[in-house]
Amino acid sequence: MPTELKEMNKQEVLTHNGAEQTRPGKVFVPRTDIYESQDHLLLLADMPGVGQDSVDITLERNILTIHGRVDPPEFEGYSLTYSEYGIGDYHREFALSNEIDREGIQASVRNGVLRLVLPKSRSAMPRKITVEAE
Amino acid sequence: MLLQKFVENDVLSSLRDMQRLQQQLNRLLSAGGWPAAEEFPPVNVWASENGAVVRSEIPGIEPSDVEISLVNNTLTIKGSRKAEELKNGQRCHRQERGYGEFTRSLQLPFGVDADNVQARFSNGVLQITLPRAEADKPRKIGVKAE
Repeated sequence: MPTELKEMNKQEVLTHNGAEQTRPGKVFVPRTDIYESQDHLLLLADMPGVGQDSVDITLERNILTIHGRVDPPEFEGYSLTYSEYGIGDYHREFALSNEIDREGIQASVRNGVLRLVLPKSRSAMPRKITVEAE
Repeated sequence: MLLQKFVENDVLSSLRDMQRLQQQLNRLLSAGGWPAAEEFPPVNVWASENGAVVRSEIPGIEPSDVEISLVNNTLTIKGSRKAEELKNGQRCHRQERGYGEFTRSLQLPFGVDADNVQARFSNGVLQITLPRAEADKPRKIGVKAE
């Protein structure tokens, strides 16, 4: 039987590192999946309304910050009469371990989903040790 | 005496607890931040005299995977979002994004000009423009003096 899709309401970021926003508007926490495989971490974040050019990814020390900007749509002569979701930017931070190869991080945005590939550094990859015969 | 005092205190403190709980509940409810499971996908509707614009956030699906239909002024959005396929040896650490099938229906409070309905999908947001049928628009009726 197919699973029916249900999701929680978008969750708002209450404080921005304890500081308040200077830009007016709401900020939401993007829903995120994280998968790990032998040589990389894969991070998928739902950011509807965010395009390839409006996402900022920064890595400072070991804090990975994702910020997606959304321009609220405006329709001339129309007014918002019914609203189930809030409109605003997306922001989320993740603490990475030191095992990530910073140079090799790849990011792309497709259909409102940010896809981040974080390769593990060579030293963190599992290594096979062959036993030599004497 | 001692017992009575004890009981009074107890009643008072439980009353206070109740009050605190009520305050917290009120705060939660008034903040509108109730994280309840909602219908998917969520929709926003902009309306005017000339029609409506429906926008819906459906990240992570291809435009070809959405089916939109309009029957008797009822708009239906249907589709499914696939789960990320786990490759061999891949483990899941965190899964907050849902997947599966979804259907949403919205009844519009006006006659829709079905031939001119437009839908586009960009950056995970579906936008459907529904113009109001010419015959359904309000008309001014002039009163002639006799």
